[in-house]
Amino acid sequence: MNHDNPQLNKNGELQHLLTLDGLPREIIMSILDNAAPFTEVAEREVKKVPLLRGKSVFNLFFENSTRTRTTFEIAAKRLSADVINLNINTSSTAKGETLLDTVDNLAAMQADMFVVRHASSGAPYLIAQHLRNIGADHIRVVNAGDGRHAHPTQGLLDMYTIRHYKKDFTGLTCAIVGDVLHSRVARSQIHALKTLGVPDIRVVGPKTLLPTGVEHMGVRVFHDMREGLRGADVVMMLRLQNERMNGALLPSPQEYFKYYGLTPDKLELAKPNAIVMHPGPMNRGVEIDSAVADGGQAVILPQVTFGIAVRMAVMSMLGAGN
Amino acid sequence: MKIEIKNGRVIDPANGIDKQADLYVADGRIAAVGRSPSGFTAEGSIDASGCIVCPGLVDLAARLREPGFEYKATLESEMAAAAAGGVTSLACPPDTDPPLDEPGLVEMLKHRARLPDFAHVYPIGALTAGLAGQRLTEMAELAEAGCVAFGQANTVVLNTQVLMRAMQYAATFGFPVWLAAQDPYLAAGGVAHDGEVAARLGLPGVPVVAETIALATILHLAQVAGARLHVTRISSAAGLDMVHAARRAGIAVTCDVSVHHLHLCENDIGYFDPHARLDPPLRSVADRDALRAGLADGTVDALCSDHTPVDDDGKQAPFSEAEAGATGLELLLPLMLKWSAEAKVPLAQALARVTSEPARVLGLEAGTLGVGRAADICVFDPEARTRVTRQRLKSQGKNTPFLGQELPGEVRYTLIDGHLAYSPPL
Amino acid sequence: MPTLPPATELCRRLADLMRPHVTPATALVGIQTGGVWIAEWLHEELGIKQPLGSMNVSLYRDDYSQRGLQAGRKPSSIPFDVEDAHVIIVDDVLYTGRTIRAAMNELFDYGRPARVELAVLADRGGRELPIAATYCPHALNLPASQSLNLDRAEDGSLQFTIVEK
Repeated sequence: MNHDNPQLNKNGELQHLLTLDGLPREIIMSILDNAAPFTEVAEREVKKVPLLRGKSVFNLFFENSTRTRTTFEIAAKRLSADVINLNINTSSTAKGETLLDTVDNLAAMQADMFVVRHASSGAPYLIAQHLRNIGADHIRVVNAGDGRHAHPTQGLLDMYTIRHYKKDFTGLTCAIVGDVLHSRVARSQIHALKTLGVPDIRVVGPKTLLPTGVEHMGVRVFHDMREGLRGADVVMMLRLQNERMNGALLPSPQEYFKYYGLTPDKLELAKPNAIVMHPGPMNRGVEIDSAVADGGQAVILPQVTFGIAVRMAVMSMLGAGN
Repeated sequence: MKIEIKNGRVIDPANGIDKQADLYVADGRIAAVGRSPSGFTAEGSIDASGCIVCPGLVDLAARLREPGFEYKATLESEMAAAAAGGVTSLACPPDTDPPLDEPGLVEMLKHRARLPDFAHVYPIGALTAGLAGQRLTEMAELAEAGCVAFGQANTVVLNTQVLMRAMQYAATFGFPVWLAAQDPYLAAGGVAHDGEVAARLGLPGVPVVAETIALATILHLAQVAGARLHVTRISSAAGLDMVHAARRAGIAVTCDVSVHHLHLCENDIGYFDPHARLDPPLRSVADRDALRAGLADGTVDALCSDHTPVDDDGKQAPFSEAEAGATGLELLLPLMLKWSAEAKVPLAQALARVTSEPARVLGLEAGTLGVGRAADICVFDPEARTRVTRQRLKSQGKNTPFLGQELPGEVRYTLIDGHLAYSPPL
Repeated sequence: MPTLPPATELCRRLADLMRPHVTPATALVGIQTGGVWIAEWLHEELGIKQPLGSMNVSLYRDDYSQRGLQAGRKPSSIPFDVEDAHVIIVDDVLYTGRTIRAAMNELFDYGRPARVELAVLADRGGRELPIAATYCPHALNLPASQSLNLDRAEDGSLQFTIVEK
């Protein structure tokens, strides 16, 4: 049975980055610490360091996401790796045999790292386990988002952002607002916030967008956004996918915006120095008002900048073990 | 052929027998238990020292994958698995391709299964044509061809009017109706129990209410139609409570549970183990414990293997995309023994759940060692422990969540109609 | 056991060696962490006009795959224009030369300096690359089993210790 967490090796060191669930605090902190020097690399003339020189990083995107792929591509290139982008259309032959066939082929091409995006929760685990089975576990897997399960680098860059602005996690109130049910970002955020000792983690949304038993993940549930934001230090907005805006989950984007959109008057209930985060891309006027998105409390663009540094830290740490 | 099975402990739950005794078989039937019949000269002898001699197992759900899915399994491979598992009678659901909705298909299956090494096959006919839930099948014709009950496998009849009429029609002839209880809307897209684990792993959930809503519907309709209802693979405590209450209210309903739901729960998904992708999904610890208690106290009538051979292509996929199901014929006895030991259920009582009780659900004169009955016999060593490996499994389906586990009990001999269908490899 | 003059004395001697060559265009870059301590002192002692730089060369080391990133180090900071500058790289101990190579590689990613020199407190031998210090007040030969460490006390004073690995 697949009951060993494949992301840590026998010595408890990071082998792959698949989830933040159960990732030890020391490892999360060392990723955040290691990311700091990389923020400086981006600011100079030659935005490149030779850490992954000669390594081949494959971006395996079974689900399209130009934005995420680009951030990984930039991170890998700034580490001097060779980056190969593969957009694999899953709709044509949407079967696991294709997935593992692809992995076999790329392993035979002397890949060093797979950055995997997949619409099915757990797909990167299947790949990591398969690599072990075929004796290719020197190839590292970075989960770039799998189904509703996890988006660990997004969670880490969010933690980096929070640490940057708030210094300490142990006194914070963090509110995660929106479609938690379908959100891999929310799950990764919740696990990381818990591990880092945030005492008050809140999820805010209508019942249709919150998973059954979400309170078992150590969060407080709010259906009234005003209550949920009251006194918050960090407001973490989630993206609402277009296809969920009209149907059985929500009646309309307009009603959603009225009750769960982040507007200046709702934000006023949070602490005066609260920061506003969003994983992007934003739906202005659906989950967030432009006045907030472009306002002084938004740290959405710094998140993007930190995201490159955090991904560089993750990739260099994984590449270091080779 | 006259055979004596000597020195074993004979357990026959149907007749309340549990004693050290010899058993005599003649002309494919049980000739005597204990004392040799007069003039009996054995032509063959089986030494059952240290072993238990019990009725051959009756499995209420074994997919043989014929016709239509021969790449997943064949009658030959799965019958070898049945014999190796001590299973001598099995009911097969109608979800073949095409489904068992025409007498010719059923006759062909029965004909193909008519080999001395093969377990008795009892097809469950399709309740509606093509399992499509719209048009009734020729149930009476299908029954003549060999169907013992009618059902929809894991699909449902969405239209309640059709469902009621199908039940009424089945009830007209006294045919039992076998149904799985899962509302397809509430279960839409779901691949795991809608609980803590699915929330954490981000797997689309199947809530318990999908089972209870469906149960409420089929229990009511069965009562109105006067149909004998068998609920297959019940998965939740709440569902079990409803079956219990319905039975107390006088509704003729029986139910079974699979070996998987008896031993496993949502936590066994681990890190997206596709082996734990099952239909219905593995539920919470509390649900599993209720099913275990229900099987012990008789609320659950029978334990079945829910044998569903799935090939590697079907399993080597991300959890949500993996095909549901696991091989089980060879694990029914060991997993019954494991439950019996863990739950401290007396062996005879536990054995009844895989012999006489499922035979009663099927309305068969099987699952007993009564004198004059068919000599379907299983001889097993209760002390042996065997590890479940792909190599050992005779089923063409090598995938089960129990792979790698060491389980109690090992079948030594299986007799079907007095014919030695399985003996240990030399 | 080889002995070493006190680090404070070596600092003074190093400053004396460098002083004649310092111009208004001279810039110092210390290698974290020991080299930065010395560079800070030299910067004041020699009255360097250009702002002081510091480098975390771990992103450039060729043995990164064995050592990994070392946590707790600060990002590099080169607050002057490297283009056409006279740069003196400052480190505590010169050993294999790999750190200096990494430092030069990193420096060149900021621009093309006119001249690069190297100042160290001590040269312990054991070079693995063709690199030599421009300014070095003391040389000694240590076996590979020993390492030469510079520590800074709370009062800011520097101290060398030789330890068995």
